[in-house]
Amino acid sequence: MDSFLGNLELGFTVALSLQNVALCFAGCLIGTLVGILPGVGPIATIAILLPLTFQVDPTGALIMLAGIYYGAQYGGSTTAILVNIPGEATSVVTTLDGHQMARQGRAGIALGIAAIGSFFAGTVATLVIAALGAPLTKLALIFGPAEYFSLMVLGLAFAVVLARGSILKAGAVIFVGLLLSTVGTDLQTGDERLTLGLIDLMDGIDFAVLAMGLFGFAEILRNLDNPETRDVVQAKIGRLLPGKEEFKQSYKPVLRGTILGGILGILPGNGAVLGPFASYTLEKKLAKDPSRFGKGAIEGVAGPESANNAGAQTAFIPLLTLGIPPNAVMALMVGAMTIHGIIPGPQVMTKTPDLFWGMIASMWLGNLMLLIINLPLIGVWVRLLKVPYRLMFPAILLFCCIGIYSINNHAGDVLLTAFFGFAGYAFYKFGFEPAPLLLGFVLGKLMEEKLRQALILSRGDFATFVTSPVSAGLLLVAFVVIVIAVLPSVRRGREEAFQE
Amino acid sequence: MKRTFAAFALAAATVVAASSASAQNYPTRPITMVVPFAAGGPTDVIARIVGEHMSKTLGQQIVIENVAGAGGTTGTTRAAHAAPDGYTIMMGHMGTHGAAPALYPKLRYDPAKDFAPIGMAAGTPILIVARKDYPAKNLQEFVARLKTEQDKANEAHAGVGSVSFTTCTMFNVMNGIKPTRVPYTGTGPVINDMIGGKVDYACDQIVNLVTQIQGGNIKAYAIATPERSPALPDVPTTKEAGLPNYQVSAWNAVFAPKGTPQAIVDKLNDALVKALDDAGTKKRLLDLGGVLPTGEERTSAWLGQYVQQEVARWTPILKAGGITAE
Repeated sequence: MDSFLGNLELGFTVALSLQNVALCFAGCLIGTLVGILPGVGPIATIAILLPLTFQVDPTGALIMLAGIYYGAQYGGSTTAILVNIPGEATSVVTTLDGHQMARQGRAGIALGIAAIGSFFAGTVATLVIAALGAPLTKLALIFGPAEYFSLMVLGLAFAVVLARGSILKAGAVIFVGLLLSTVGTDLQTGDERLTLGLIDLMDGIDFAVLAMGLFGFAEILRNLDNPETRDVVQAKIGRLLPGKEEFKQSYKPVLRGTILGGILGILPGNGAVLGPFASYTLEKKLAKDPSRFGKGAIEGVAGPESANNAGAQTAFIPLLTLGIPPNAVMALMVGAMTIHGIIPGPQVMTKTPDLFWGMIASMWLGNLMLLIINLPLIGVWVRLLKVPYRLMFPAILLFCCIGIYSINNHAGDVLLTAFFGFAGYAFYKFGFEPAPLLLGFVLGKLMEEKLRQALILSRGDFATFVTSPVSAGLLLVAFVVIVIAVLPSVRRGREEAFQE
Repeated sequence: MKRTFAAFALAAATVVAASSASAQNYPTRPITMVVPFAAGGPTDVIARIVGEHMSKTLGQQIVIENVAGAGGTTGTTRAAHAAPDGYTIMMGHMGTHGAAPALYPKLRYDPAKDFAPIGMAAGTPILIVARKDYPAKNLQEFVARLKTEQDKANEAHAGVGSVSFTTCTMFNVMNGIKPTRVPYTGTGPVINDMIGGKVDYACDQIVNLVTQIQGGNIKAYAIATPERSPALPDVPTTKEAGLPNYQVSAWNAVFAPKGTPQAIVDKLNDALVKALDDAGTKKRLLDLGGVLPTGEERTSAWLGQYVQQEVARWTPILKAGGITAE
């Protein structure tokens, strides 16, 4: 305990130097501003802003980069709530209820609870990293391909529960997502699959391309379709901050989301993606009246947003203690660290303790900054909704296109997004939900990879998924989740199933 | 595509306006350096470190543009077809300018013919590593054991066409080993599963592995360079360890599109060499475990013949490895 407090003290001494506080603030602010542009997620933001950090010492640079990361992450949630465009996989869930709240004139409340929930989750996750970072690393190592595959199966089970309407339709949509995830170069043989000979599809479909099309572009088509409803939304702008009642509804989801997201964030191979989905599923199951979900339930924003931020934070554990980046953003952080002459690995903690603990302390500071930056900004964001839609939609389209182009600097990606925009519009017209599709898409890639790795390692023996206790346990939970989701609808008969 | 077109249009305008006199004033605006891999990877890191110093010499900013995809060939294709005016250059790589012709039969550029080589930047040595409890004391025992185990051994690589894939293909072909090859998406998960003891061995760039070896999480059998690395003084070279022919490095070099005026090529080569001579830049590259070119290796002519040599070397090895991407 002594060393723990001593370490934190060292960390805060480093993080609270005038220069580092300023860098942290600058990172969070720039990250938020760039991240709020639809289509510009944390990866693109960090890549664009990386050169800004070249003139600073390594610790300061990393503090700033981490700030940009949280800022972009949070900015992504803002776009999800305001204009129904998830910047990345983890904010897909936020669109479900967050955007509905915005449509009801409660955008400020949704943004406020997202900021407060994120701050709480960030604080807890920072403490967890500081206290338990090193031992928790072992958790990441238990997870081999077989365990990871089973975790993804559990994730797909969540996707079924996510669906607002028919389970059959949700299932169909998930399969389309899985199918889309198989487009691209085969992992093992290097052959092209389902690419139609198009070079743009050789590396598969980028998540942002799919999400921006299905949500962003499709949403615009939808709104242009019936301008009346859009104007109604603009007329009402309610309170800017959540009140007592909202806090009472939210604090438990925030707590649960923090725990779920924190645990999943440590896992290798982007476990953090599952956090918000898992939290949403849990809240919907625990709610007295699950039918409110998808229609602006505050728990559906509070829980997933907390899970998102907790996971974003604990994802640093494998990076800082093992030097292994668990996802694409962290891989970029590794690159940023190497540019500054620090090669992340097990020695960072002992060799450069001021950097290690300074960064951890700055995580908390960054979360505080986000709260300070974002609470006053909520008023500005909400007022954005008042901008006439005829001015708003070309701007959204433009920023989306810039954002998509900036991911890989490929013009083909923009065209592909337009295609998915029309697909998303058709989905809407036929009453299919795009959210489960995105989850299927994200999980599909990982599932295929892990399934094949596990089977290659077991020489084709499927028993590998049950001989490992962790894997067997996860599969069992997945089975239970599906049974719980399907059983009541089976009992109540098809009629009601279509409504739940 | 549109971008290429715009670059062409712009270039055409520049050519009409200034003709060959432009080479003397070059550069008058920022230079784009295409990095055909994602930001944060080893090639990107080297490009940014070198590019930063080159900007100072040239008096114009070098802007890094990451165009990732298809094992680096997407960005390389774009750079090959850019206007040869010195304002689009690229950081090529062992994969894009050595292994690619064998891996991608439909490649839309020729590494040797479609580029004006500028100069070698830095190479990162390749290590042969295994899980820490692998029962072999040295490289010779390791190879012998792999030969008897054959497909019982699990080799992990970061994806078809990646550095770890091509360099380990060479290692396997050279030693007559046919292991079970487990594909991953990137080096991170490979190391994760190797520390977890789920896979047996891999080959990869030193920068990805150095801290794991120092920390004892995985063990290194040899480094495929003529001399030991200061970062890992205990790891023997392949020559010392009894596999002298396994010499391979993931080299990174600067290229311009074919037809770039010689005066511009010389200016860029000069800026590159100055960057490599700068104490600060040099230290940063060496800290990464980088191997820097010396003497003749710094000239653009040397790079030109080295590319031909590399293509000729990789083609039969990868064909023997039995995998080409369509």
